[in-house]
Amino acid sequence: MPNATFFLISLVKCGVVLFVLLTLVAYIQLAERKIVGRMQSRVGPTRVGPFGLLQPAADAIKFILKEDITPDSAHKFLYLLSPALSATLSMLAITVIPIGGGTVRLFGQNTPMQITDINVGLLFILGVTSLGVYGIVLAGWSSNSKYSLLGSLRGASQMVSYELALGLALIGPIILAGSLSLRHIVEAQQHYWFIVPQFLAFLIYLTAAFAETNRIPFDLPEAEGELGAGYHTEYSAMKFALFFLAEYINMITVSCVATLVFLGGWHGPVFGPALLRAILPLVWFVLKVCFFLFLYIWVRGTLPRFRYDQLMAFGWKVLVPLALGNILVTSLIVGLLA
Amino acid sequence: MQVALFFIFATLAVAGAVNLLVQRAPINAALSLVAVMGALAVLYLLLGAEFIAFVQILVYAGAIMVLFVFVIMLLNAQPDEASHRSRVARIIGVPALVALLVEFAGFLATQFSDSPVRMGEYISSTEDLGMALFHQYLLPFEVTSVLFLVGLIGAVLLAARREDPPAAMPTAVSSSSAKTTPAELVIR
Repeated sequence: MPNATFFLISLVKCGVVLFVLLTLVAYIQLAERKIVGRMQSRVGPTRVGPFGLLQPAADAIKFILKEDITPDSAHKFLYLLSPALSATLSMLAITVIPIGGGTVRLFGQNTPMQITDINVGLLFILGVTSLGVYGIVLAGWSSNSKYSLLGSLRGASQMVSYELALGLALIGPIILAGSLSLRHIVEAQQHYWFIVPQFLAFLIYLTAAFAETNRIPFDLPEAEGELGAGYHTEYSAMKFALFFLAEYINMITVSCVATLVFLGGWHGPVFGPALLRAILPLVWFVLKVCFFLFLYIWVRGTLPRFRYDQLMAFGWKVLVPLALGNILVTSLIVGLLA
Repeated sequence: MQVALFFIFATLAVAGAVNLLVQRAPINAALSLVAVMGALAVLYLLLGAEFIAFVQILVYAGAIMVLFVFVIMLLNAQPDEASHRSRVARIIGVPALVALLVEFAGFLATQFSDSPVRMGEYISSTEDLGMALFHQYLLPFEVTSVLFLVGLIGAVLLAARREDPPAAMPTAVSSSSAKTTPAELVIR
């Protein structure tokens, strides 16, 4: 494929993914306010547009118009760098997520339904999310404020700890699929989804994913009752919006990975005329991802926050040993059957 | 395009390394090291070693360096003060550095042919790497892991807080003070 066509195709795909992603983030946030509102016997936003559907636009305008404050005692460069780093890294992880099994025809070339197809996609996602810690750590440190520093210390130790459980939980399905490529892992689930033989790994992954994305019940780095707003206390306007964006994109990423690795990705009943056959896999994929996103909101509306020592003890003394045991049993069974 | 990418990221790696040495503030030095590791990962990627590239990011940049930054933050490490310029360092250090560089250059010139490395010439795929590690080099691999474990346990032992003396605990005041052995006294 000539270089120019390659760049053009990549550009178009990036544009489409970026548009879908940002729209999704805006509306998850609206959905979250609506659903959590319903759970607390409120109605949520209803004023802007029909059923409050234009609320995200109003929020965006508000973020842009707010005063952009940089504290005098902040480390200027790192203070500016960290929100950009958070947002960039979260978007980077999305590039290897495949959303369908087939190919699309663009500029006379068949191209897979993902921005780039690499052999070690899962490893890439783990690597990029592990870098995401820097955004939080540097934000807290460079703000030069007590609450921010405490929040980022909590965030860093929490993310480093739960990353371990997250990675170990994914090894079970990787052993079953025999590949690190997300595409191959999904194709290996043609007959049964990996959630069936790897139910324990699925639960561990789900728990660790909540902690990785700093969501309730593991949102200690931004526990508003104790820390103001945690690591982003000093941030305002669009800089704050970037952290916000990063958190929601990370939610989408871990939901996509859970769908691809445990719920069979785009596999599902396919029937009907050719057009329906082409669209249905995409529909299944989106529905499964939406299920996880709903789960995030549901949990937020129902569970209280962990205490910090409980959080660390749970990660190291429960999740990590369980994940290691799961790897041992899985590899033993796969080895015996082979 | 490969050549252009190589030069961009090679320059970045060298610049990061130089910056690491020049910077006085610990946090800047640590972050330059992260940049060096990222640039190195891209160089691995250009050689087709995807697995090594992302493990490099995951382990070095994502875990080890985070701990470095963490410690720097916790201690709130201040910029280093310039040390007294030691004469010994100048008399022995500079010639030693030159000798080392000459030796290194000689080694590179004699041991490697000057034809460029090509993609796929070395073991690089995840599968081949696994085979090499768990068949050919199984013993060294396992020995290394035991070594890590020993280091880990040693670190925990050194860092673990000593138990409070029993007398300080309200419930243990009466029962344990009589039974203290000489060895425990020595530890205290």
